[in-house]
Amino acid sequence: MNLSESFRTALFNLLANKLRSFLTMLGVIIGVASVVAMVGLGQGMRAQIVSQLTSLGSNILTVVPGKVRQGPGSFFMARGGGDILQYEYFRELRETPFPGIQAVTTETMARFTVTAGRESVVVSVVGTTPEFLEVRNFTLLYGRSCNGYDFTYSRRVAVLGHTVAQDLFGNPEVSVGQSIRIGRNIFTVIGVLEPKTAGGQDLGNQVFVPLTTHRRYLTGSRYLQNIIVQVDTRENIPLVSTWLSDFFTRKVGDPEKFSILNQQDILETVESVTGSITLFLAVIAGISLLVGGIGIMNIMLVSVAERTREIGLRKAIGAKPRDILLQFLLESSLLSLVGGGIGVVFGVFAGKSMASFSQFPFVVSPQVVALALSVSLAVGLFFGMYPARRASRLDPIAALRYE
Amino acid sequence: MEPLIRVENLVKIYRTGRVEVRALQGVSFSVFPGEFIAIMGPSGSGKTTLMNILGCLDTPTAGRYLLDGVEVSSLRENQLAEIRNRKIGFVFQNFHLLPRFTAFQNVELPLLYAGVPRSLRVRRVRELLERVGLGDRMHHRPNELSGGQMQRVAIARALVNDPALILADEPTGNLDTLSGEEIMAIFQELNEEGRTIILVTHERDIAQHARRVVHFRDGKILKNEDVIDRISAKRLLGELKKERVVQEEEP
Repeated sequence: MNLSESFRTALFNLLANKLRSFLTMLGVIIGVASVVAMVGLGQGMRAQIVSQLTSLGSNILTVVPGKVRQGPGSFFMARGGGDILQYEYFRELRETPFPGIQAVTTETMARFTVTAGRESVVVSVVGTTPEFLEVRNFTLLYGRSCNGYDFTYSRRVAVLGHTVAQDLFGNPEVSVGQSIRIGRNIFTVIGVLEPKTAGGQDLGNQVFVPLTTHRRYLTGSRYLQNIIVQVDTRENIPLVSTWLSDFFTRKVGDPEKFSILNQQDILETVESVTGSITLFLAVIAGISLLVGGIGIMNIMLVSVAERTREIGLRKAIGAKPRDILLQFLLESSLLSLVGGGIGVVFGVFAGKSMASFSQFPFVVSPQVVALALSVSLAVGLFFGMYPARRASRLDPIAALRYE
Repeated sequence: MEPLIRVENLVKIYRTGRVEVRALQGVSFSVFPGEFIAIMGPSGSGKTTLMNILGCLDTPTAGRYLLDGVEVSSLRENQLAEIRNRKIGFVFQNFHLLPRFTAFQNVELPLLYAGVPRSLRVRRVRELLERVGLGDRMHHRPNELSGGQMQRVAIARALVNDPALILADEPTGNLDTLSGEEIMAIFQELNEEGRTIILVTHERDIAQHARRVVHFRDGKILKNEDVIDRISAKRLLGELKKERVVQEEEP
C-alpha cells in the first residue's frame, strides 16, 4: 500500500473515533502548549533583561558607593553607600591616562520640577560630561550636545530627553533654543535626544546638564552617585577593573566601601539564571509531553487489540507486516503531530495572555515551534512503535479467530 | 497439464505446552486448474490446518507445497503476503468484512495492497460488485447488508485481484439454506468459467456441489472421489423459490 493510501486509512480511523482521538491528543496538546508558553516566557524575560543591560552602552564599568553583592538568583544587594565618591576623584581619574580607558563620565541624578511656559514635569536631572552620548549610546535628534566649553564654564544649558521635550513643548523640534526652568534656575535647551527605552523603562524622561552646572546650581554637593568608565575593548575590562579597584581603595581607604560593577558579569549571570529557569520549565513541560506519549501508547494498544480481526483480515488478503506497521505508526504520529500543532496555537495564546499580566514580553521563536512539533512527532513515533510492531507481528490465523 | 497445487507428504505438528498435536500426518494430493474440490471431514480432522497452509497463512512442519510451480514452504513472510494478495482469494465463514468500511472499500482492499492505481481500482471493484449482484449496494456498510449479501461482498473481494485459486472455508456456515444456495450458485458459475475452487465444509449437501470430494479424518486423507450426483445450485434455487411461492400462496 502506498503512503497516501495509508495516510487516508489512518485519518479515516482517527476520525471514526473523534472523541477518543481528541482525548488522546489532549496529553500532547497540554505538553506542547506548556513547552511553547514556558519557553516563550523564559526567552521573553531573558530578552528584556539583556536589552535593558546592553542599551546602557557596552564595555562599561560602573563605580558605585557601597558594597554590592550577587544575591540568590539574579538579585544584587547593596549595603552601605552614601557619600563616598568625591568629585575630586572623578577629576583625577579623568586626567589620569590609563591604557584601556576610553572615557570617564558620571550620571549624578536629582529630581527637579522642570517648567517651560505653563507646562511643568518632575523628572531626573542628570549631571554628566560631554562623553555621555557615546558612553550611554544616545543619539542626538535636534540641536547639539553639551561640549567642553559648557562643562568648563558651568553653562546653564540642557539636553532634553525626547519625552520631556514632548511633554514641555508639544513638539520636540521647537524646543531647541527655548528656555526652561529647573528648580530656581533658567536653562537654555540646546538639544533633544532620540526616543529610547531599555526594556520597558523610558530613558527619554530625563534632562541632561553639564556636571559642573549640576553641582553649582542644582545640588551643590561634593559627591557623585557613580563614576562610569568605558573600556575600549572587552579584553581590557579585567585590567581596567583591577586598576580602578586599586585607585579607589587608595582614595577611599576601604575596598568594602565601593563596588565596581561589570556589566558583562551581570549579563552573564542573567543569561545563566534565565537559561536555567527556561531549562527547568522545559523539563517540566517535557514531562507532560512524556505523559501524553504514554497516553498515545495506551490508546494505540487498545486500538490494536480492538482491531485484531481487522489486522488478521488485512494480512490474509496480502498486507505485509510493514504495511500494518506503517498504518499504526501513521495513526500514532498523526495523533501527536496534530496534537502538537494545536498545542503550539494554545501555547502561544496562553503565553501571550500570561505575559500580558507581567512586565515581560512573550517571545515565539520559530526554533521553539519547530522543536515542539518535531518532539511531538518523535513522541508519536516512539510511543507508537511498540503497539505498531505488536500489530505487525500478529499471526494472521490467530488474529482472524480472535473474539 | 501442470497441477495448480501439488502437496507432498505434508506434516503439521502443533505444540501447545507439552501436548503435541499432529494436525496433518502426511497428506499428498494435487489440484489441477479448473477443478472444484470440496474438503470434507469432521472438526479436528485437520481440514482447517490444511486450508491455512494452502492459503499461505501457515507453513507446514514437513513436506512440500507447490503453488503454481512455486515452492511455498520456503518463502518468507513478505513473499507469502504477496502470494496471498495476488494468487489466492479467501472466503470465510463469518465473512470478515471491515465493519466501518463500505462494500466498495472492502472489495477495494486487496487492490490497495497490490498497488493498483485508483482509476483502475474503481473500475474493477464496480465490475465485481455488479457481477455478484450488488451493483446497487456498493456504498452500504456491512451492517446494512444481509448475510448472503455480505458473503457476496466477500466473494467479490476474493476475486478482485483475479487470483488463481479461491479458498472458501465453510462459506455457507452462517447462512440460511436459500442464501447458502445462492452463494454456491456463484461458486459453480465461477468454476464453469474456469476458476479453481477449494471448499472446506462438513456438510454433505454443500460438498455435493463440487466436482471432487476429499474426505479427511485424523490428519489423513480417507477418500478422494469424484462427485457422481452433483447438485446444480441454480436448479435447486429454482425449486426452492417455487416452493416458497407455493407456501406463501397456500394460506
